[in-house]
Amino acid sequence: MNYLCLVYLAPDQLHACPDNVCFAFGQELRESGHYVAAQALKPVESATTVRIRNGQMSLTDGPFAETKEQLAGFYLIDAKDLNEAIHWASKIPPARFGSIEVRPVRELELTGLPSMSATV
Amino acid sequence: MTDTMQTSASIEGIYRSESRRVFATLVRLLGDFDLAEEGLQEAFKAAIEQWPRDGIPAQPVAWLVSAGRFKAIDTIRRRARFTAYEDVAEIVDEMADEAPAPDLSEHLEDDRLRLIFTCCHPSLAPDAQIALTLREVCGLSTEEIAHAFLTPAPTLAQRIVRAKAKIRDARIPYQVPERDELAVRLHSVLRVIYLVFNEGYSASSGASLTRHDLSQEAIRLARLLLELLPEPDVAGLLALMLLHESRRGARSTADGDLVPLDEQDRSLWNAQYIVEGSALVGRAFSSGRIGAYTLQAAISAVHAQAASTDATDWRQIVGLYDALLRLEPTPVIELNRAVAVAMHQGPQAGLALVEALIAGGQLQNYHLAYAAQADFHRRLGHVEEARAAYGKALALTQQEPEQRFLSRRLAALPQ
Repeated sequence: MNYLCLVYLAPDQLHACPDNVCFAFGQELRESGHYVAAQALKPVESATTVRIRNGQMSLTDGPFAETKEQLAGFYLIDAKDLNEAIHWASKIPPARFGSIEVRPVRELELTGLPSMSATV
Repeated sequence: MTDTMQTSASIEGIYRSESRRVFATLVRLLGDFDLAEEGLQEAFKAAIEQWPRDGIPAQPVAWLVSAGRFKAIDTIRRRARFTAYEDVAEIVDEMADEAPAPDLSEHLEDDRLRLIFTCCHPSLAPDAQIALTLREVCGLSTEEIAHAFLTPAPTLAQRIVRAKAKIRDARIPYQVPERDELAVRLHSVLRVIYLVFNEGYSASSGASLTRHDLSQEAIRLARLLLELLPEPDVAGLLALMLLHESRRGARSTADGDLVPLDEQDRSLWNAQYIVEGSALVGRAFSSGRIGAYTLQAAISAVHAQAASTDATDWRQIVGLYDALLRLEPTPVIELNRAVAVAMHQGPQAGLALVEALIAGGQLQNYHLAYAAQADFHRRLGHVEEARAAYGKALALTQQEPEQRFLSRRLAALPQ
């Protein structure tokens, strides 16, 4: 099962954790076989939010919600259950400065799509 | 008594003593709380039909587990007809082909331990941990739990449903954590048991029977846990609860009035609990790994072994509070230590500590801080100061027996 580990950091902590430490952890995760994807993000000032309302696209500057801590990066990991996911999340270096939200990935229910009927 | 009557009495007995055990194993085999509950009910229904006719099987628990599992598999098969068949068929076949576990009896106790750890998983909200443990491990009904915690039953039911959904969706594992994670996870389990106990203990005066049952339930749960996982912290918590519970009969009058420790009739203390609790404290201490529950239990044991407040070894109690403060430096523990210091060195020493604590700001809304301050002033003969402090304590407490106790003390002050 895949779990997304969202890394939240206060703006002044965004660079508290040196890149090479994060990189080393990424290597460890890869070697353990739990790595699916991971990326660090630029600060929220660089964000653009996209919405479609009444068929019209609108773009807004900044993140969807202003929060005290901002999304700084993510890891998508493959773990057998929540304990294993928490175990790896606890090793994500920025966990010492901010917080890591662990969320199970939901598989989309695709029954009814034409492409599915071909496989049954 | 006819054979049939005897059999149904036996079934009832087995239901009382074994149903949660059967349930725990069904959760492991089926991986689903609701299916397991349904399977459990079906298995007992089958037992009521078959046992009076065929006799009670040699291993009733194993019989019930396997009956419950087959009933649940039937249910999945029935449901499978209404859903995409292939997905479910595979799962069901896997389950049905799985040979019955040969070491079932060994697994049974592990299953209960797994269930406790699942229900107390730290990623569930604390309220949900309590509700789920009482419901699934202890088998209390949703209504009983709601009543004991003064929560509307629908709110509590919803809390349980949400917790079960999280266990399923986030895949909270049904297992006892590995050694390196045990300390953190055991901490939540012990905290849940202690919260259940406290709910039954602190509300004991004038409250309903159900709340007393909660303390008993917590003790039962801790006994089970200690049997399954003989860690010193578990022994410490069980000791603490037994030693506190030993004073139940002396803690309040027939009218529900609070009796403070120094006025309690110690002949009313439950000697059996004290013996058992003190032995457990010794056992936890000899492990060399001494946690906060064990230290609190040790304090309680020193009280239990003394014939009166005057004969109490207050110096030892202060020492135990010092050790406790190193583990948990909280203002409430400092307050308790101040009370012990006052007993050991006199009220003046206690007063200085309590006033410094109140001035520190963290206990400004805590009625027991003012109650202690009032008591020290009273003992020192500072009537006006005592009156003022009792007033503050009274304004801050919600509990009726405590209000009555403080009012009595206030009224007894010389005019």
